[in-house]
Amino acid sequence: MLHEPSTPVGKDPAGPYKTRLGVWMFAIYALFYAAFVAINLTAPQTMGLIVFAGMNLATVVGFMLIVGALIEALIYDALCHRKEIELEGRSAPADGPNATKGRS
Amino acid sequence: MAVFIFIIFVVFVVGLSIYLGNKAKTSSGYYAAGGQIHWSVNGIAFAGDYLSAASFLGICGLIATVGYDGFLYSIGFLAGWIVALFVVAEPLKKLGKYTFTDAVDANYNSRGIKLAAAISTLVVSVCYLIPQMVGAGVLVEPLLGIPHAWGVIIVGAIVITIVATAGMASTTYVQFLKGGLLLVFSTVLVGAVLLRGLSTAPDQGGTVPFYEYGHIAASRVDGKVQVAEAGAEVLEQVDVKGGLTFVRIAQGERDVWWYAAEADGSVTLKETQSVVAAADGRWINGAPESPENQLRPVGNLEQIRGQKQTTTGALSVFDFLATITAEDTLVRTWKTASFIDGAGDKVTVYYPNDVPGDRIMRPGLKFKVEGTLLERLDFLSLMLALFLGTAALPHILIRYYTVPSPASARKSTIVAIAAIGFFYILTLFMGLGAMVNGAMNPADSNMAAPLLARSFGELLFAFISAIAFATVLGTVSGLIVAASGAVAHDLFDRYLRIKMDDRQKVNAGKISAFVIGGLAIVLGILFKGMNVSFLVGLAFAVAASANLPAIVMLLFWKRTTAQGIAASIIVGIVASIGLIAFSPELFSLYGLNPLDAPVPLSNPGIISIPLSFLTLVVVSLLTPRREAAMG
Repeated sequence: MLHEPSTPVGKDPAGPYKTRLGVWMFAIYALFYAAFVAINLTAPQTMGLIVFAGMNLATVVGFMLIVGALIEALIYDALCHRKEIELEGRSAPADGPNATKGRS
Repeated sequence: MAVFIFIIFVVFVVGLSIYLGNKAKTSSGYYAAGGQIHWSVNGIAFAGDYLSAASFLGICGLIATVGYDGFLYSIGFLAGWIVALFVVAEPLKKLGKYTFTDAVDANYNSRGIKLAAAISTLVVSVCYLIPQMVGAGVLVEPLLGIPHAWGVIIVGAIVITIVATAGMASTTYVQFLKGGLLLVFSTVLVGAVLLRGLSTAPDQGGTVPFYEYGHIAASRVDGKVQVAEAGAEVLEQVDVKGGLTFVRIAQGERDVWWYAAEADGSVTLKETQSVVAAADGRWINGAPESPENQLRPVGNLEQIRGQKQTTTGALSVFDFLATITAEDTLVRTWKTASFIDGAGDKVTVYYPNDVPGDRIMRPGLKFKVEGTLLERLDFLSLMLALFLGTAALPHILIRYYTVPSPASARKSTIVAIAAIGFFYILTLFMGLGAMVNGAMNPADSNMAAPLLARSFGELLFAFISAIAFATVLGTVSGLIVAASGAVAHDLFDRYLRIKMDDRQKVNAGKISAFVIGGLAIVLGILFKGMNVSFLVGLAFAVAASANLPAIVMLLFWKRTTAQGIAASIIVGIVASIGLIAFSPELFSLYGLNPLDAPVPLSNPGIISIPLSFLTLVVVSLLTPRREAAMG
């Protein structure tokens, strides 16, 4: 049985760049998350220090992990989008319409 | 009012599903909504899928009872999306067709992978289905006044109708609708909490008078608690393991249980709430249970920044958190203890436990980060499973096939991160709001958010309950589509190679959905009373152990073989389920002593995830490398 993806996907010249970028951005976030877990395990009292507007380190870092995920995601999207446009310009005929479909 | 809004909502959801049924005439329409859902709709639908009963009911309930430790689930659940976005989203969209199995099998065309991945999808979906169904029963019980089992059956029946009529298209739009409404009404609820501010005597906006719990000075002589106050006589004393002491005191016509709190050598008796399961029926707080005599709602601040009997008025977002975090703010939380009294009846006591605000707002009340090495390892294990579990959940993975391109998959993930992140920030305010607004049911933390809404009036309660119910409906629909895909598409069509035309494939999916829905109903009834968040945490651990090593390694390690993938999936499932089955938490559920459990950890991820990775590497190195198959 022919087993193609649910919608045809054109060649993606930006693929290797996006994979590399994704791994790097994942590594940065994973370090941040690991640091949070490590502080909890090694110096839990530190989490109680008041650091901003009456809030303690635990609350502030918790919010930063959530907001930081969104900021990283937006940066990743912007960089991927820029690369896709750049490489698409060079190989537009090969990509077909699907490469840009659904994009804002 | 609540019932009316609830019924309107359910009728609307089912109507929408039947209307969209026209789109599901092909298998692509049924399993992947034709691959034509706009990324922004799909992003909110992701949020709808993800913000299940565990998030809305479980996390808010945990924060309301153990403070910051509940918020750790919010942080871990959201962080998991980083793995989904940066590592999995686009490559998976390129590889797959309808199911998780398609993606891992795309380059191999191996029967072993098909079987292992289909089993994994089924197991993870069922693990995730159980808490959703339990949550549905918990929710419907007070809303419609019907027994738990009927709540589960109603959810099962509606979901089977939704899934059998339209598959992924209707599931997506139901999730979009629900995800959007959940965000809007949670924001309204948080706004209401901030406007009301904090009080040492919360009275639910003047509707429920605040109950002042009594305390009596006492002493302990030769282990026996003695009370000096006139008219109070100690009838019975029970010393519970763990150093807790409760005494039954005659006061007027009622016998009430008091908690003997000892500090600095002196003893203070604190009034509790109690449920006694006697032969002649249940007794609550020393009187027979009746519609009027139920457990009182609880939760308040005993002291706000050192002040007793005070209110703050409306607070800003930062002031709200800072006031609770202050070390001279005292939060009254409620703990539970059970014992058999002198008459041989089972007594459940809910006793007050005053905790300083700075202790509430940092980790440690539930997860013993300052405890033994094993307790800290358990915390690490949970945080690992939450981080790695999201990108391995089959019902989340299949949502990548509903959008038209890899770029759309990426963009819908970003919309999901924004929506889910915003909601998780709100959970901290909703949970803390429930903790201090005198609205909590001490016997069931899962209802924290809806009961907080009720403290602001029946209208908000009606909307929040209907949305919470739709949350369960939507998540269960998504899970059943994923599980039916595993059976009909992966097992029947691809593994057993049963020849079916497109229409037969859709029918096979619908029949599978019907059977799995029936199974979910039975399990939802059997697992009544189990903690919703705990079960979801375990589903994450199973997903991360079974699926993530396969996904990550096939994308990033060229030496990965089909045998390696199949072996790692099976080892991941067996190891995680096996470790859970012999863990202390499950031993408690079996009615055995948790100390006898052969596995000392409650969360299996720290062992089962590396084991699954190791299996994949070792088996891949031992089996011959093969060129990737096409198609």
